Amino acid sequence: MRLSRPARITLGALTIAVLIVVYVPLFVVLVNSFSTSQSLVWPPPGFTLEWWGTAFQNRGALSALWTSVQVASLATVISLVLGTLVAIALQRHSFFGRQSVSLLVILPIALPGIVTGIALNNAFRTILGLQLGFFTIVVAHATFCIVTVFNNVQARLRRTGTNLEEASADLGAGLWTTFRLVTFPQLRSALFAGGLLAFALSFDEIIVTTFTAGVGTTTLPIWIFQNLFRPNQAPVVNVIAVVLVVVSLVPIYIAQRIAGAERVPK
Amino acid sequence: MKRTMIGRPAAMTGIAIASVALLAGCGTTSAPSGGGEVAEEVGELEGSVSILAWPGYVEDGSNDPEVDWVSAFEEDTGCEVTSQTYGTSDEALSLMKSGGYDVIAASGDATLRLIAGGDVAPLNTDLIPNYDGIYDFLKEQSWNSADGEVYGVPHGYGANLLMYNTEVFPEAPTSWSVVFDDAAANAGKITAYDSPIYIADAAMYLMAHEPDLGIENPYALDEDQLAAAVELLKGQRANVGEYWSDYLKSIQSFETGNIVAGTTWQVIKNSIPEGTPVDVTLPEEGVTGWSDNWMVGSDAASPNCAYAWLDYIASPEANAQATEYFGEAPSNDAACEFRSEGQCELYHAGDEEYASQIWYWSTPIAECLDGRTDVECTDYAAWTTAWQEIKG
Amino acid sequence: MTSDAAAPPHQRAGVPVPRETPARRLSVLLSRAPRVRLGLLLTAPLFWLGLVYIAALAALLVTAFWTVDSFTGTVSIEWNLDNIVTVLTGAVYQAVTLRTVGVAILVTIIDIVIALPIAFYMAKVASPRMQRVLVILVLMPLWASYLVKAYAWRSVLSEGGLIDWMVTPFGGNTPGYGLHATVITLAYLWLPYVIMPIYAGLERVPDSLLEASGDLGAKTWRTLRSVVLPLLWPAIIAGSIFSFSLSLGDYITVNIVGGASQMLGNLVYTNVGAANNLPLAAAIALIPIAIMIVYLGLVRRTGALENL
Repeated sequence: MRLSRPARITLGALTIAVLIVVYVPLFVVLVNSFSTSQSLVWPPPGFTLEWWGTAFQNRGALSALWTSVQVASLATVISLVLGTLVAIALQRHSFFGRQSVSLLVILPIALPGIVTGIALNNAFRTILGLQLGFFTIVVAHATFCIVTVFNNVQARLRRTGTNLEEASADLGAGLWTTFRLVTFPQLRSALFAGGLLAFALSFDEIIVTTFTAGVGTTTLPIWIFQNLFRPNQAPVVNVIAVVLVVVSLVPIYIAQRIAGAERVPK
Repeated sequence: MKRTMIGRPAAMTGIAIASVALLAGCGTTSAPSGGGEVAEEVGELEGSVSILAWPGYVEDGSNDPEVDWVSAFEEDTGCEVTSQTYGTSDEALSLMKSGGYDVIAASGDATLRLIAGGDVAPLNTDLIPNYDGIYDFLKEQSWNSADGEVYGVPHGYGANLLMYNTEVFPEAPTSWSVVFDDAAANAGKITAYDSPIYIADAAMYLMAHEPDLGIENPYALDEDQLAAAVELLKGQRANVGEYWSDYLKSIQSFETGNIVAGTTWQVIKNSIPEGTPVDVTLPEEGVTGWSDNWMVGSDAASPNCAYAWLDYIASPEANAQATEYFGEAPSNDAACEFRSEGQCELYHAGDEEYASQIWYWSTPIAECLDGRTDVECTDYAAWTTAWQEIKG
Repeated sequence: MTSDAAAPPHQRAGVPVPRETPARRLSVLLSRAPRVRLGLLLTAPLFWLGLVYIAALAALLVTAFWTVDSFTGTVSIEWNLDNIVTVLTGAVYQAVTLRTVGVAILVTIIDIVIALPIAFYMAKVASPRMQRVLVILVLMPLWASYLVKAYAWRSVLSEGGLIDWMVTPFGGNTPGYGLHATVITLAYLWLPYVIMPIYAGLERVPDSLLEASGDLGAKTWRTLRSVVLPLLWPAIIAGSIFSFSLSLGDYITVNIVGGASQMLGNLVYTNVGAANNLPLAAAIALIPIAIMIVYLGLVRRTGALENL
């Protein structure tokens, strides 16, 4: 679109302004991770590297981080499989109740976390008689992560159409071969993007997790929550947040590269 | 921190205990209400012990390498400790019922229900040499004994004090009126503890200022008394800047000056840097507070290691470490030698007169805790509803 | 896929005739029976969502009609409408519901207003390289834990905090804690979730369409209003579902920066966590469920549900 120069500049300036506002609190977190104040007051009364030193020796934090990675990975894998299945079903078939199925997939994310949380807590404990723990968190997370994969895959399937798949079938490829050699390569970046979002969603989820974690299993958000209630741990929590933001650059960058490489000309 | 969730331990009266025991015994009133037998001697150690406790009571260094009193126990006894923390007394109860725990650190409201349910065993205090060192005023209270049997070894106790900004109040306030009747003077800068149990603080204030209401125990309120407390708290609500339930929030708001008066814990005061104009005081109306106890499961798989833990955690060194980390007064008289300089004076450890001013947290039940039988008291569910209405 | 896909293809060099393995026969069978194929595709996901989620939700709704024994804390199955009546008639529930919905609507509007220009800049103005950088910049804050960000806002808004620090020289004051702080913090937390669908939606609007509109004489504003907005509408609604529903159920942020206020989430949380009264909590939970169902029903026709 031919935007006037002032319009472009205004848009650019707005974008920069919002990004600044978005990063100011993160900047505060960064600064506080070096602050001598244990209660994160502003302005920081002094500079210290103490928290960065203790954070990496904090076994509780490291094991919670590992638990979170495991939970998020498993939940992502499950939602990748289920989300792709539903997306193919809905995009390649038309049937009665199609709308209801798509609503069903969306519901776990559209209903507030506390509703999902207490519903699952109640079901796991009293109906199924399960002990809350690692497994129940994975199940809960996978349930609301399906939608991110579903949407990405569905959008991609709609865009690619069925021509290539039909051609493959006409050439005699079986269903599995067609999926493996034709459909899957087309879906790869959509799966990656959906999976990444699912991972992020699971990794930072606290409300549903509170209700499905039981007492023994501590994910990182739960650990952070508990440690804001323990003496002298708040700055360590800040260190961990800073590290996470920096580390997150890697998967986001990879996702961008994959998406960028496959970008179809508009 | 544990106190975030709900009302905890409790000074319950004999009548309440008797009724609870009755309920549990299902009619067999003569039978001991607790489960399990009193141990005769500590036998061979089993090599492991599982503990259920509030966060911060069983620290093995995994959160902070410096905070570790579990490793020493493991080395001494060879009992490997596995621990689990819980957030509310209700959660503790359901976990304990699911079984598998040898030891539990429980609060007053949970202890009574545990004893009544037969989930914990009476203790043979002869097998716990360090029990002798524990303050007498904490022993064999209504919340840790029943039918003359001892069920719990006291761990630590503390008070919900009044914190105030010394610039706003050059003189220490002598009454809770600064957060109730005179709160409007600092509108928007008052804080209160965010839990239904805080209603007891208002009831305690009314006990002193509205004697006509006839409140004898802030945890035993009939309909009218509760209504009066709710009225007081609704008036307070208009002046409350924020309610607090977590530790960090309370420290921050006093440190920044967002809040100038309200309830707090001694440990919060300690965490506020020197030079900040705040101090704590114990007003004339008294305070609410808590007292926790260690108990042994009635079907403990490792009763010997459990006794070893009870003795260890009651020892002056371990008791000092655990209670200092958590921020409460120790239960062992000799613990003060092992706490940091001035740490016992801060919490008024062993000061019987100070301790007598504390109304220990207790879960209100329909059976009036003050012994009244002519009315029905409001229970915790009613308090919860009332609390939500107060907050609006 | 046509039904004659199963017929053996003509012999050609380099394309061997597939062998008649059992797998091959199954594949042939399936391609002739789309219903079976559909069934196989849907069984696992529907089993999962139906069994795990719908059953759990249904069980929760049923619980709302039961009562709880206040001493033992156990739920007893005595059918009654007490909880529902309490929730529908209690003044506190009405006030809190209105407040919560108000906050959620405000958060959603703020997020959409902020997200639109940024998403537009990202999708239509920025160079491909810049676009990639911007997406990274928008997504990165998602990884700094929710709680850490909420506490950061608490610090920023406190007396003597960053805002106070900046505006005091001009005679200003920090807005402090309260509902407005809750709105600001929630809008901040959910912003990436609103920007991303709108950005993706804008990416799908072909540039050629915008140029055509320009060629036909439409001014920028007219193009935006008559061409872009209608195409973008589903994406905007999709973003709003995130911010609206996430705000509707939140109880942690309002605790941290909300001053003395409480929202629906707090009521549910207190009843289930502290008071151990699941039936009443379930009855309160019906409010956000009903609101979201109505909302989803309204937006279903826009096609937004396919744009999340």
